[in-house]
Amino acid sequence: MTSLLDKLGDMRSATSGTITLFVVVLFVSTTLASLSNLLLPEDSAFHVSTYTITLLGKYLCYAMLALAVDVIWGYCGILSLGHGAFFALGGYAMGMYLMRQIGDRGVYGNPELPDFMVFLNWDSLPWFWLGMDQFWFAMLMVLLVPGLLAFVFGWLAFRSRVTGVYLSIMTQALTYALMLAFFRNETGFGGNNGLTDFKDILGVSLTEDSTRVTLFMITAAMLALVFATSRYILDSRMGRVIIAVRDSEARARFLGYRTQDYKVWLFVYSALIAAMAGALYVPQVGIINPGEFSPINSIEIVVWVAIGGRGTLYGAVIGAILVSYAKTRFTALIPESWIFMLGALFVIVTIFLPKGLVGILQSRLPGSSGGGKGKANLGRVSS
Amino acid sequence: MSYKAVSARPDVSHNVILYIENLSVSFDGFKALNNLSLYVNDGELRCLIGANGAGKTTLMDVITGKTRCDSGQVWFGQTIDLLKHDEAAIARLGIGRKFQKPTVFEALTVYENLELSLASHKGVWSTLMANVSAAQKDQMDQVLETIGLVSERHRKAGVLSHGQKQWLEIGMLLTANPRVMLIDEPVAGMTAQETERTAELLKSLAGERTVIVVEHDMEFVRSIARTVTVLHQGAVLAEGTMDQVQNNRDVIEVYLGESS
Repeated sequence: MTSLLDKLGDMRSATSGTITLFVVVLFVSTTLASLSNLLLPEDSAFHVSTYTITLLGKYLCYAMLALAVDVIWGYCGILSLGHGAFFALGGYAMGMYLMRQIGDRGVYGNPELPDFMVFLNWDSLPWFWLGMDQFWFAMLMVLLVPGLLAFVFGWLAFRSRVTGVYLSIMTQALTYALMLAFFRNETGFGGNNGLTDFKDILGVSLTEDSTRVTLFMITAAMLALVFATSRYILDSRMGRVIIAVRDSEARARFLGYRTQDYKVWLFVYSALIAAMAGALYVPQVGIINPGEFSPINSIEIVVWVAIGGRGTLYGAVIGAILVSYAKTRFTALIPESWIFMLGALFVIVTIFLPKGLVGILQSRLPGSSGGGKGKANLGRVSS
Repeated sequence: MSYKAVSARPDVSHNVILYIENLSVSFDGFKALNNLSLYVNDGELRCLIGANGAGKTTLMDVITGKTRCDSGQVWFGQTIDLLKHDEAAIARLGIGRKFQKPTVFEALTVYENLELSLASHKGVWSTLMANVSAAQKDQMDQVLETIGLVSERHRKAGVLSHGQKQWLEIGMLLTANPRVMLIDEPVAGMTAQETERTAELLKSLAGERTVIVVEHDMEFVRSIARTVTVLHQGAVLAEGTMDQVQNNRDVIEVYLGESS
């Protein structure tokens, strides 16, 4: 007990300050948005539409995904260009549950089989769909499948000491291979249409405003939880070992740390965050398809983190939200130009703002040195 | 000054802590180590000298598990076969290393660098829950005193001068307190006074620990060494006191002759 108290006392005030500030800002803004959606009349100037709530919920899922990438890239130097895979797998597990919730309300009215299976003339559920009608089981799969994949992938890659661009290319290959597999109808996940037409979650309609707001609030709460947990891990001695691995892995080994173990577990942790983000994303946007596995999606996550600022956690969150907002805006105006703007943004930030947007913030506040951990030596992992 | 003894217990009943026998390593046909045999006694302060490419660093790499050898044996005491362990395991067994080029963790503070060096549990879960005990804190304070970085303890290691980084590396080694210390060029970049202090420190460490030093600075080697081993083309050329070695005909020819 005393050791726990000591630990709480030892926690640098700056750290707990960051967590508090983050949670307060997140909680206040999501609560305000939710209340104004539920309580204010639709013609009020302060009314937040359900469309906006869903959009904000989507941004928070992206923020969680960006945080997952920052944990491994910003702090451990592992540049994953395949994190979209874990996000999509988590999303598919949730999607499978939501598909089973449709029951006999599908186009073909089959109570057992989702529409796409009827269309393919399948006569029974494939084995990997069994149990997915149970919420708890589906949630277990949300974590278990991506977690296991991350563990096996990480175990093979880090034990063989694959690092740098080679690792990044392998992660791209991973997500690309999964995309191809999920595009096939025979794989059993709805082919290129993916899973959609969801009706209910836990018996409540997904189209209700209150359901939308609840999902949005849960997403915000999960983001806060993941932020605090990640802060706790990264501020422990384990976090310092992780930074040591980033800066000089060989040296950390000579101090007696089995660095591959640290990398594997951090990779699994990061994959679990991504998977949770995916599971929260699917009921809000109402669809999951193999496009989520596409390599460009995973690269986009990395761009969010780079623009927001690596190695701070909140930088990733800010980057994901701002860039996603810009994407929503600009794709509505001039759809074709977005990909070029994103590319240009990435180049500009990399050259002129190596610490991202939060780097500007930190340089304005002379007292803060919190960003020192994510400083210039990160540059080498991106080259 | 005394530091707590480590838990790893090599069997040194024959008074030899490192047995290196018939070691060969080649890189793309270049024989970095060529049938090298070397024995180091427990508690000894041994200096390794030799021209560039003589195999000094490769030898350290093999002992610490960084480089696999083609043939030969390396034993830690009577019972521990070092070739069967990886870098992390060898470090945990009590063989510490200081690198030629100071490699400290630049994004961490001086204190945090020492903390990571502590001889404590190094597993993922233990470090997640780890606290610095009062005894460990005292030990680190003592080390900070020894390496003269007390006032720098909360500064990032990246902003230290080259000499200070050298000291920090030595401090990390002292904090880890291994049974055997392999020290590659400890005084490179140090001032004359610092060199003198390092010499005193290394001499005080030997006895309870075994210290193996690789150094080019002959003055420095003379000031600390009791036994000197000269390597040449991946094998031992001569071994003995500094005077014996300096008067050895082969040594004069291949090493001292070339460099002076």
